[in-house]
Amino acid sequence: MREIKASQIIDKVKELFLKANYHIDPDLLKLLQKTLEEETSPIGEFVLKMIIENNKIASREEVPICQDTGLAVIFIELGQEVRITDGDFAEAINQGVKEAYQEGYLRKSVVDDPVFERKNTKTNTPAIIYTDIVPGDKIKFLVMPKGFGSENMSALGMLKPADGSEGIANFIVEIVKKAGPNPCPPTIIGVGIGGTADRAMVIAKKAITRKIGEPNKNEKYATMEKEILKRINNLGIGPAGLGGNISCLAVHIDYLPTHIAGLPVAVNVCCHAARHAEGIL
Amino acid sequence: MKEATKITTPLNEEKVIQLKAGDFVNITGYIYAARDAAHKRLFKLIQKGQKLPIELKGQIIFYAGPTPTKPGYSCGSVGPTTSYRMDPYTSTLLNKGLKGMIGKGLRSPEVIESMKKNRAVYFGAIGGTAALISKSIRKSEVVAYEDLGAEAIYKFYVKDFFAIVVIDSSGYNLYETEPPKYSK
Repeated sequence: MREIKASQIIDKVKELFLKANYHIDPDLLKLLQKTLEEETSPIGEFVLKMIIENNKIASREEVPICQDTGLAVIFIELGQEVRITDGDFAEAINQGVKEAYQEGYLRKSVVDDPVFERKNTKTNTPAIIYTDIVPGDKIKFLVMPKGFGSENMSALGMLKPADGSEGIANFIVEIVKKAGPNPCPPTIIGVGIGGTADRAMVIAKKAITRKIGEPNKNEKYATMEKEILKRINNLGIGPAGLGGNISCLAVHIDYLPTHIAGLPVAVNVCCHAARHAEGIL
Repeated sequence: MKEATKITTPLNEEKVIQLKAGDFVNITGYIYAARDAAHKRLFKLIQKGQKLPIELKGQIIFYAGPTPTKPGYSCGSVGPTTSYRMDPYTSTLLNKGLKGMIGKGLRSPEVIESMKKNRAVYFGAIGGTAALISKSIRKSEVVAYEDLGAEAIYKFYVKDFFAIVVIDSSGYNLYETEPPKYSK
């Protein structure tokens, strides 16, 4: 048994949410520079230059990349040999979020009752916590402040097995086409195929955080990713939706076994910031 | 890249009809920031014929809710939120004299018709460039609905706030005209 104090969890969660909000993933910054060289639309180039400059300012001055500092989503792998002491696990995570958003000058964007009162909780909590219990004695954290401009463009389709890879591609491309400029293109599209309706959505969101542009290990799914990316870029939406040949930076598909009658396809749209940070205790 | 036209607030019909879709602008003067919840309140007040906490005539509303202001800064990071969520309230505000909106993303046909009727303009600020945009905000204060926190109405004094005319008062819309040039 390895003991980890709740206070260590608070500190780690806080550290990661601050990091994710100030510092863009270095691989993503490199990809944005490469995209700038490949974009042929003058306005598209201009938009990409501003995005890159913004990300550099945010990192240098430790100010938020975007005013939508997101709903706090966190994926945790909890080693089954770990014993958490001196506090409640979920409370510690929420406390870490609360401290990050308070001390880091991040925006509090969470309302309690979503339909009627919609009163701001003033703490940017509760966080959305996904916990998998795994072998080992470590805790792995993957935090994702998820902005809602992109989240609002997400969708789920309960396709039929007969729809196949072509039906899936059509579904995804149609969603991105309909979203147009709204999710701050160039986007990163996370796709979850299989499982159940809810599980597909979770793996779609997590897929966004894969090393940018890394293909699925299964060749057939990797080919699907490439084809969908090409079709999306052929839409001409462009950076900020103002026209261009790059509308999407990456399509990451993840898949799971599913029911004989089912083909759930979840599409989680992400903007060009794709904020996330990882850490281990 | 093309030169940006300098414009100042408040706007009037003459200034607005000169702005064409695709123009780059640098805005100087006071603008308001308001998003979903504040729009809902303003809409309800107008429906009841009651006085508004802010002047609308000739003004520009920036669809935005900033991050809290860090010490040593005049404003937090603040970029545009997605405009379509304000569409249900927009015609009502345009009928009351609002002349400009800064946001990002699609607008409904109803909003565009109202823009044409009322001679109003829709500017796009670039989503996700909030740290950069905040550099053009010299003063920031909450002027209404402080209880809404991130969704309060702010008054910003901006100097050379960069934006692109995305939909002009004739209804020309870059989101419609540009992507087809690049689609294959």
